[in-house]
Order: sequence, then C-alpha cells, then structure tokens
Amino acid sequence: MRLLVKNGSIQRRLAVQLSLVAGILSFGLFMLIQVVAETAAVDTQDKILRASAISIADSLYAENGKVRLELPYAALSMLGTISQDRVFYRVLFKEKTLTGYDDLPVQAVEMLERKNKFSTFQYRGEEVRSVLIKRSIAVDGVFSDAIIIVAQTRLGLNVISQKITRTATTMGVLFFLFGTGLSVWAAHVALNPLNRIAQAVTQRGPKDLRPVTGNSPSELKPLVDALNSFILRLKSSALRTEDFISEAAHRVRTPLATVRTQAEVIHRSLDKSKNKTALRDMIRALDESSRSAGQLLDHAMVNFRSDQFSPSEINLLDILKEVCNRLSPLAGLKDITINNEFQEDNCLFRGDAILLHNAIRNILDNAIKYSPDDSIITVKCHWSKKIIVSFEDAGRGFSGNEYTKRFTRGTNVGDVIGSGLGLTIANEVAIVHGGFVLISKNKKGVGSCVSLILPTF
Amino acid sequence: MRFAYFTYLLAAFVFLKSFALAFEIEDNKYYEVEKNEQILRIISTADIEAFEPIILAFQKEFQTIAIDYVVASSSQTMEAIYNENGKFDLVISSAMDLQTKLANDGLAQTYKSLETEKLPIWAQWRNQVYGFTHEPAVMVISKKEYGNLPLPKTRDQFVELLRRNSEKFIGRIGTYDVSQSGLGYLFATQDSRNTDSFWRLIEMIGRLDVELYCCSGSMIEDVSSGRLVLAYNVLGSYAENSLKKFPGLKIISFDDFSTIMMRTALIPMAAKRPDLSGKMIDFLLQLHSKPDLVALSGLQPITRHNLLDDKRTRPIRLGPGLLVFLDKLRKENFLRNWESSISQE
Repeated sequence: MRLLVKNGSIQRRLAVQLSLVAGILSFGLFMLIQVVAETAAVDTQDKILRASAISIADSLYAENGKVRLELPYAALSMLGTISQDRVFYRVLFKEKTLTGYDDLPVQAVEMLERKNKFSTFQYRGEEVRSVLIKRSIAVDGVFSDAIIIVAQTRLGLNVISQKITRTATTMGVLFFLFGTGLSVWAAHVALNPLNRIAQAVTQRGPKDLRPVTGNSPSELKPLVDALNSFILRLKSSALRTEDFISEAAHRVRTPLATVRTQAEVIHRSLDKSKNKTALRDMIRALDESSRSAGQLLDHAMVNFRSDQFSPSEINLLDILKEVCNRLSPLAGLKDITINNEFQEDNCLFRGDAILLHNAIRNILDNAIKYSPDDSIITVKCHWSKKIIVSFEDAGRGFSGNEYTKRFTRGTNVGDVIGSGLGLTIANEVAIVHGGFVLISKNKKGVGSCVSLILPTF
Repeated sequence: MRFAYFTYLLAAFVFLKSFALAFEIEDNKYYEVEKNEQILRIISTADIEAFEPIILAFQKEFQTIAIDYVVASSSQTMEAIYNENGKFDLVISSAMDLQTKLANDGLAQTYKSLETEKLPIWAQWRNQVYGFTHEPAVMVISKKEYGNLPLPKTRDQFVELLRRNSEKFIGRIGTYDVSQSGLGYLFATQDSRNTDSFWRLIEMIGRLDVELYCCSGSMIEDVSSGRLVLAYNVLGSYAENSLKKFPGLKIISFDDFSTIMMRTALIPMAAKRPDLSGKMIDFLLQLHSKPDLVALSGLQPITRHNLLDDKRTRPIRLGPGLLVFLDKLRKENFLRNWESSISQE
C-alpha cells in the first residue's frame, strides 16, 4: 500500500483508494446477494414444507370415533420435486403418534404459539428443516389437537446455496473489476484540470508572464492563485529591472550629451594635435556610450511593447522610408549612400509601427556603423509568401559561428565598442510579429546582408 | 455353459432357513471362483434363475469375486437390512418403494462412478438408489383358454369383458396378493393412483373369485398350465422369458397406461465390501451395452430415452412420493379397501 503511493502520484493514490472502495462495495454486494438469495431459498423450502403439512392436515378425518388419515400422494411427492432430499413426517393426535416417524422430535408447545413454526435441527445424522402445524379435529363432538410435523434434509438447499455463492462471487468479481476500471478512469479525469494547467504553463514562451486564466476547479484555485501571484511578482521584478535599466540609460544620456558638447568646444579651442587626438577619441567614446544608452532604452521599450502587443494595419514602406530619411544625415557623415529598392509603393502589414520602426532603425544604424566610408547600403523590400526586408552593406561581415551569436545581448564584433543590442532588438521585434532575422553573406561580394523576414497575413 | 456347470457343482452352501435368522429367505446360492479372495453378498428379490446369467457374466469379468446370492421377498429383504448388521453388501429389489424407504431412513450408502453419472436423472435417487432395468406390469393370457374373445385395450374394456363373460373367468383369474407381495402392492397402489377404474376392476375380479399369488413366476406357470385363463399385473420380464418355454402364452399391455417398475440396487450402510457392490452396480448399469446378456436374462436395461418414447407408459418415479403408500395408516386403509373389494360375498 505504502509502496504504491510512495512516489506520490495523486492519480495512482486516487485509483488505489477508489479501488479499495470498489472492493469493499463488491464484498458488500457479494454478501447482499448471498443473504437475499439464501433467504429466498430457505423461504421456498419452508413454503413447500408448509404446503405439505397443510395437505396432510386437510386429509385428517374422524370416523367411528377414531381419527383417520389418508396421506395424500402429493404431500410427500411435492417435496421430491425440487431436490432429492430425505423426507420425514409425523402425525400426532392427543400427543400419541398416529403415523410417521415416531422419533421425529416435537418441538416445545410454545413453538405453536409463535408465528415462526419452522425449525432446524439434527435428525438421523443430517440437518433437517421442519415445520409444525396444529389442527383441531372433532371426535365424537370433542375437539382435540392433532400435530403435524414435516421435515426435509437440506441437501438441495446446500446445492442451491453453492450455486448462489458461485453467482455472487462472479458478480462480486465483475463488479470489482468494473469498479476498479471506473476508479482508474475517474482518477484520470479528476486530474485533467491539473494537467491542463500544467500544460498551459509549460507551453508558454519565456517572456509570457500573463496570469493563468481559464476555468480551474475550486480545489485548484489556491494553487492557481499562488502561481498567479508568483507570476505577478516575477513580472514586477522584471519590470523593475527594465525600468532601472531605462532609467539609468536615460539618466546617463543627458549628462553624456553635456560632456560631449563641452568636449567639442574644448576640441575646437585646442591647438596641440596630440591633445586634439586624445579629445577626439574621448568624443567618439562618448558617442558610443550615448548610442548604447539609446539602445538600452530601445530594448526596454521593445520589451514593454512586446508584452502588450497590439498590432494595427500599417504600411511597411512608409516606415522604411522614414527611417532611411532620418538616418541619411548620419550616413552622410561617412559618405555612405542608402539605396532604396522597393517592389511597389505599398507593403501592408499588421504589426506595431513603433516596434518595427525601432527594429529597422537599429538594423540600419548597425549597417551604417560597420560600413566603410564611401560605400553603399542597399535597402530592399519585396514579398511573395513572406515579407523580406533586407539590408546589404559592404562592411566586414560576420565570421562563421557569429551568425547565430549575434542575437545574444552584449556581444559585439571584434573591436567595435557598443552594447551589441541592435540585432537583439530587431530579432525580438521579428519574433513578436511571428518572423525572424536572417544574417547572411552579401551575395554581391564583401559585406553582409541582414534580412528581416515577416509573415504575410 | 461349462462354467455354470462347475459353479453348480461347487455351489456348496444352500442355507435355506438353516440358520436362526430374523428374516426368511427363499433361496440361496453360492457362486465360487477358483481364486476365492473376496465375497460379494447380495440379497435380492429376483429368482436365482432370472439373475444367474448376470452373476455368471459378472464373474467372467471379475474372476476373483465370489458371490453369495440370497433370494428373499421384498418385505423380508427390508427386514434383513433393518436388522442384520452388515450381512449384505448389495440389495437388489423390485420393490422401489421399500428401496426408497431404506435410502430415506439413512440405511443406504452414496455411490458415484462414471457409470452412475451417465444414468438419466429419473433413474436414480440421492446417488443411493439406482434403477438398472425397467419392467412393465402386463397381463398374461393363455391363448387356448382365452379363446377368440376380443382382446381388451383398456382397463374399462377389460372390466366390461369380465362382466359379460363372467362364467368363463370364475376362479380362473390370478393376480398378486398385495398383502403378501411388495411388488404386487406397488403395482396395485400405482394402478389406484393412475385410474379410477382400478377399484371397479378389483371388485369385479373379487366377484369372479380371483386367485391370489405371491409371485409372478407361479402365476405364469398356472396360466401356461391352463389352470388360469389370465393373470393381471404380472412382471413383464418374467412373462417375456416364459414365452420361449410356454408358447401358449400371450402378453397383453393396456393402451390406457402401463405401469413401469424399475429394478433397483442399493448399497446398505453397513456393507462390508461396498467396493465390490460398486463394481456390480456399474456392471448392472452397463447392461444396455450387452445385448446378448439382455436377451439371456430378459431384463430390459435402462437407456436414456426408452421410457419417454411411449405415452402409455407410466414409469414409477423414485422419490418421497413412494413413501406415501408405505405410510402405516395409508397402507391399512388400502389393504382394508382391497380386501373388502376382493372378498365381497
């Protein structure tokens, strides 16, 4: 028992307990059938005994001052119809044996007063069931009592009760098997809601921190509530982290801008080229830091909007054009030309405009950053089964295993300083929209090609 | 029958009342075997003559079993089993009622074997009383004495025939003395149960000065000798056997019904060799597979169907019903009625 439930499967425990109940019920059923059927069998024998005794009593008559008896053939033959039992009878008049087996015991007279005139006792080496009835006979005008006893052995009854026991056993076993089957099924069904909840939680994405909803049985409410409050705390903790990062980034960006302006002013006023170079480096580092802070902010924003993703009908090309326009001055600083190759004027898509804007800006920003001076970045947008927005540059590209590592936060290409968040942000946005980001080598030669692949709806 | 010849020679003891017994025996024969190792002691109501073929066939199969065969009337057989402790291993009797009473009173042993399992349910009682033959009660007439009177088909016709031709039948009808013969009593009581014309018939033959007999054998003899014109309620098997000896006989079965008696065997409680009795019971139950022995003994073996085939047959059922006519008061009444019907002046 303990072994069975040791490893704590509720289903098994439930099944075992229900089976035990089924076992107890089966035994109860067995006993019930046994008792009811045997009572019926005894009752049948009693009725035949009684009928026999009555038919004997009915054939008593008085003649010439004597009691006579014409024992009816049926009185004894009826007892032989259902079984091959031994039959005994005795008729007494005025307490003297008239006929029959004169050693057949007459039960105490008070038996006659009782309702139950049947008794069971040992006679001639076997257990017999007997009935005793009384009949008043008038002899010469005086009534006296005649007593009739009919007894029969219980061989037939034993045969019947063996048959009943067999039937009852079969019924009990069948009932038990049926009950056990039902128990296993019931245990399985009862645990279904639990499995459903477990499955619902298991199937969630890593960032899905919504509370568990849906109908759960009242017994599971505490568990679900506890789970939900845990999720809530986890979520608030995650939010707090993001808040902290964006807050920090935001706080850092403003002073950085101030420092950069000051450094620019100083740079202009300096004459010594040695100091000038140092200051130039400082300004570049400040730019990087500022960019990283911006990306951190972007990332926090992407996370936030992903959690509350609410798509709307947008034109992807508008976003692309706007991003290209906004970044063309930055590209201009490095003499980089951005070419647009769009299939048509419209590319309708259901998505979050701000997220997509962010993603595209980060990809393009990356491309500008890694492209050599005086080069061309080609932005393409075409769609058939899927929407593919690709950015081809002439940069140094990625080597081997770096294609997948790119999406991990904080990794960067070789010596370039930065948060390394650009592609991570783009990828997360793509995933939210049901797409992905593909990095490949530029088919035209040097450089790489980053594609944002989105499904059409 | 060389073997039979030897056994006749070797049959050493014929007791014939030589012992002070509590019961009377009619005949006794000892069937010895060469290796006399064990003795099966049978008390039977069947004449030695009728049963000898079976004993000899049995001994051919079981060559080490000697048989002590005692013949007694059915009431004396009953007496013997009640009072003689362990003198007999097997009781073979035509009085089904007395055999039933023995079993009912707890004086019979239960015996089961493959052969008894095969027996139809109505041919045994409590696995203690086993029927092995069925024999009808028939009427036997002497062809010569009967003449060309019409043959009665029913008991009513028979009474009518007797009434019309009373002068021919006076003093020349035989039947069992029911106060003496257990089998006669069994036949008469069953008749009384089965038809209303029984008492009219008894009155009629009583008026015709019926001759009363103890046994079927002597009735048949008297019919064949011409002393009787007919005998009523004769054992069919005996009559059948006598046909060969007395070709002047004719057997008549009535169409309204014919009572069928089963010859039964039981093992007394006090039997010393119930194993040998069991062998004999099995042998008797196999009788239907030995047609030559059936022909020799004239005993009709029990088979599963033969009693159900014919609507006219009334097999006597084994069971407590048979105890009714053994009831003291009932028997007194019956015999009183019977005697007053028979001996009316």
